[in-house]
Amino acid sequence: MTGDWIIAPILLPATLAGLALLLARTRPALARVLSLAGTTALLALALWALTTTTAPLAYRLGDWPAPFGIVLVLDRLSALMLTLTAALALPVLIHAIANGRDRQGAHFHALWLFQLMGLNGAFLTADAFNLFVFFEILLIASYGLMTHGGGAQRLRAGIAYIAVNLVGSTLFLFALATVYSVMGTLNLADLAVKMADLPEGDRALMRLAAVLLLLVFAIKGALVPLHIWLPGTYAQAPAVVAALFAVMTKVGAYAAIRFGTLVFPPDLPATGTILSDLLLPAALLTLAAGAFGALAARSLPQAASFAAIVSMGTAFTAIAGFTPQGLAAALYYIAHSTFAGALLFLISDLAATRPAGSRLPGALAALFLTAAIATVGLPPLSGFLGKLFVLQATAPQAALIWPALLGASFLMLLGLSRLGSDLFWKPQGPPAAPLTAAEVAAPLTLIAALVALTVFAGPAHDHMARIAADLSDPAPYIAANALEGTP
Amino acid sequence: MEMLFATAIGALTFTGVYLMLRLRSFPMILGLTFLSYAVNLFLFAAGRLTPDAAPIVGTTDAPADPLPQALVLTAIVISFGMTAVIVMMSLGARLEGGDDRVDGQDAP
Repeated sequence: MTGDWIIAPILLPATLAGLALLLARTRPALARVLSLAGTTALLALALWALTTTTAPLAYRLGDWPAPFGIVLVLDRLSALMLTLTAALALPVLIHAIANGRDRQGAHFHALWLFQLMGLNGAFLTADAFNLFVFFEILLIASYGLMTHGGGAQRLRAGIAYIAVNLVGSTLFLFALATVYSVMGTLNLADLAVKMADLPEGDRALMRLAAVLLLLVFAIKGALVPLHIWLPGTYAQAPAVVAALFAVMTKVGAYAAIRFGTLVFPPDLPATGTILSDLLLPAALLTLAAGAFGALAARSLPQAASFAAIVSMGTAFTAIAGFTPQGLAAALYYIAHSTFAGALLFLISDLAATRPAGSRLPGALAALFLTAAIATVGLPPLSGFLGKLFVLQATAPQAALIWPALLGASFLMLLGLSRLGSDLFWKPQGPPAAPLTAAEVAAPLTLIAALVALTVFAGPAHDHMARIAADLSDPAPYIAANALEGTP
Repeated sequence: MEMLFATAIGALTFTGVYLMLRLRSFPMILGLTFLSYAVNLFLFAAGRLTPDAAPIVGTTDAPADPLPQALVLTAIVISFGMTAVIVMMSLGARLEGGDDRVDGQDAP
């Protein structure tokens, strides 16, 4: 069965983004409607993909057969990531529109849709060079979104962000050229097939390429020591944009999972466990760096940025072994941390619009408390279950991993408690304006998503386990590509 | 020829990395440009260096591999666009912030 509609999550935002670009100056209200309609349609498409996808489906661009043409493949993992992206984008977009955050500069909606197009493309493509192209699309849109509204501080942080990512893109190209010069192909399935019987003499080059690719994904996923761009960028970006960026770091995790299970699985003689060996120490250091950063943070956007680093550390700790249990736990935690991280940024947006030193409304404090509980991983929200799954999956190395995970959670608890009391109890000024319905709608939706993840943790984790099982048996994914020249 | 090609890529990368580590945005952008030149040549070499061979089947006995050439074209376009973006951003930051240091510190 072929699925021509697989390309819809890329084509739809691309078309609408073009229209939004034309309409931005003359009919801004129509651009809002387009963007809202597009994001809603993407969520509907993604949910349909999530519920109906069982075996991987392929779409051949221009009907060129793989590995000569580019193939998009939708499997359960891609469907999950599409759903996460759309389910995060819709409430954040509603927040941006309801509170006028999209009016602080031109072309917010066009950039927003291009960003979604890049994200969806990166999650769907089954070609390494096409992955690079979609990375660039989502990055160039994110440069615009990050500096949306302008300001000297924000532009300066933007330059650092762009420079780091340009270096990342250059490394990606070096890695892809190395892969192509050895393997003669960039189709992921074709690579997976050919890696199995790689001659002894070429193995060193492929190990080099694997490490270069890991570095690229580590920049995207904010792994220590390549995390340095994240706190400055996220803290300076407009809060609604930082909330959407909660899913951007997950692109790094997704790509690491895809390459680490399909192209460089740990049982492959050519590369062996080289990815795991590098990922685990980096992930543990990420936990420490993020936790100490959260402890030292003086403002809510800073604390939320470091919380994002800790969440990536937790996810990569679970990913590092590339075991089915670890991947299932990581995916559940990624789903949770996408919503929880965005929630913290939306709350910082609401706090930032009220004058400094004024007494913030109690409802905002309640929202912050909920977000902090979810982020730190205390019961009863899904953060607790996510951490529990990760702890369970890493039980064989408990002596090394558990102290780091639990210690990071404790430091985050301290940091967020202190920040919360500073923010809500210390100010003695006049009371700030109470929250309006438009302001709480999106945060409450995100909390509802977290509650749903908690209540339906059983089915959700079962689904993640099915995805992990799919990943450990790449044969159907390879078969979906219908490679020319292989039976 | 391989020696010349490899040396050129190495020299470009060296220059790029050195300039990129400078504190001001202009040398940093030049460094990024040098790095992208280096990687474009590197991509080109991924299809093997084949002198006097068009990437069209039937024109020569051993046609060159067309795919790296397509990849290089894509990479050139993207790095060109990205350079334009970072130049515009740096100009904006220079005009709004009053100096062009990239480390977030104010000039002494």
